[in-house]
Amino acid sequence: MAHDGPVIDWATDFDVMDPGYVLDPFPIWDELRAKCPVARTDRRKGAWLLTTYADVTEAAHDIETFSSLKVGVIPPTDDAPNLGLPFGLPPISADPPLHTWTRRLLLPWFSNTRVASLEPMTRQLCERLIDGFAGNGHADAAADYAQQIPVRVIAKTLGVPDTLSDTFTGWVRDVLEFADDPVKVARGRQGIVNYLLEEIDRRKADPRDDLISSLVQTEHDDAPVEDGVVLGIASLVLIAGIDTTWSAIGSTLWHLATHPEHAQRLVSEPQLLPTAVEEFLRAYSPVTMARVVTSDTEFKGCPMHTGDKVLMNFPAANRDPEVFDRADEVVLDRAHNRHVAFGSGIHRCAGSNLARMELSVALETWLRRIPVFGLSGDHAVTWAGGQVRGPRSIPVVFR
Amino acid sequence: MRIAVDAQKCQGHARCYALSPELFSVDDYGQASVNGDGTVPPELVEKAELAIANCPEFAISVVDD
Repeated sequence: MAHDGPVIDWATDFDVMDPGYVLDPFPIWDELRAKCPVARTDRRKGAWLLTTYADVTEAAHDIETFSSLKVGVIPPTDDAPNLGLPFGLPPISADPPLHTWTRRLLLPWFSNTRVASLEPMTRQLCERLIDGFAGNGHADAAADYAQQIPVRVIAKTLGVPDTLSDTFTGWVRDVLEFADDPVKVARGRQGIVNYLLEEIDRRKADPRDDLISSLVQTEHDDAPVEDGVVLGIASLVLIAGIDTTWSAIGSTLWHLATHPEHAQRLVSEPQLLPTAVEEFLRAYSPVTMARVVTSDTEFKGCPMHTGDKVLMNFPAANRDPEVFDRADEVVLDRAHNRHVAFGSGIHRCAGSNLARMELSVALETWLRRIPVFGLSGDHAVTWAGGQVRGPRSIPVVFR
Repeated sequence: MRIAVDAQKCQGHARCYALSPELFSVDDYGQASVNGDGTVPPELVEKAELAIANCPEFAISVVDD
């Protein structure tokens, strides 16, 4: 039985797009961990929701039972048109063997060495963005800053012009934030696919030093990598590299705007920044991923059937009091922090080094330029949720 | 103290390398390894313990020699 309307019982009828859940999911996760801990819903074609660190990491490692062929938290509607991605978005939406070799093509582009080469550009970008509003005394820390950073770094990696940043951002929001709106999803997907197919053709004719060029020149099993696979990988980098990191940067700035004592401490003790960055990643992990059950199984007493969707709630796992002391507090100098913000197991976020660098540089630059700031109250802070949770508007004032 | 990275468990989170590049290396595919034979000088014991406690894959361990 599918339910509409407000959620009464989160254990049996949860809705990840419920406005109250998007705004403040933390008490709901605490309740589910304490009394379930695996929740169930028939909404949105049905799903299980894992909320403890132990359950989430166990599922992430059991790739035989929990396949990555469907990773979308919000399922496509039945009337969604052909999405133009014949191989999906490998490696994230693939199981071995496709996962294994496509991930190997991707990883060197996000190695520590490669990421370090992108740091000066990221720093200049953050400075330039702040130059744009520093004199105003107010800004939207999400829309004017956090949202503007990852898209440009990803454009550089892919080798596409950052003048199209707003277009890319629009497509990715259509796909991820409005996943329950078939018109927007189709618009976003078609935008990405049509654009990247043209870029793939251009790189074949005129290769450069970028990810798309590298992919079109690569061979697998003694044959060129098929265009559909190149398209899937490039689309993944665009989709997974923008909304996610922007959400992490935004949540971090929202936290500091609402906890000025934490901002003040990081300004006076900048040596805490590395542990603070890991703590923000833990406390405000943006990403939930889905899996599909490959064969009937019982998981933690729950009868899961072939084809069932299972949501691995990494953000909830990272607030599990069984694993983290003071799990619901942000502890800037938390020394032991085995968080799984970037997932766990073979699908560990391929871009985690890049995301970590972008968050570190964005935070360090903001605090140096704008050490004292707070919410302006001009309008409400707004949040997006579902697959990726983060603030979309954070009006702040500063001196 | 001597430490080791289990290559089967390591998934390339690179937390160890961020905490202590003196003790760990990470290749272009994210695979971490200990520098040298993994012997930890006394002044780096605390960093080694932090790396062990922060690895999301429980891939780092102390070797009993």
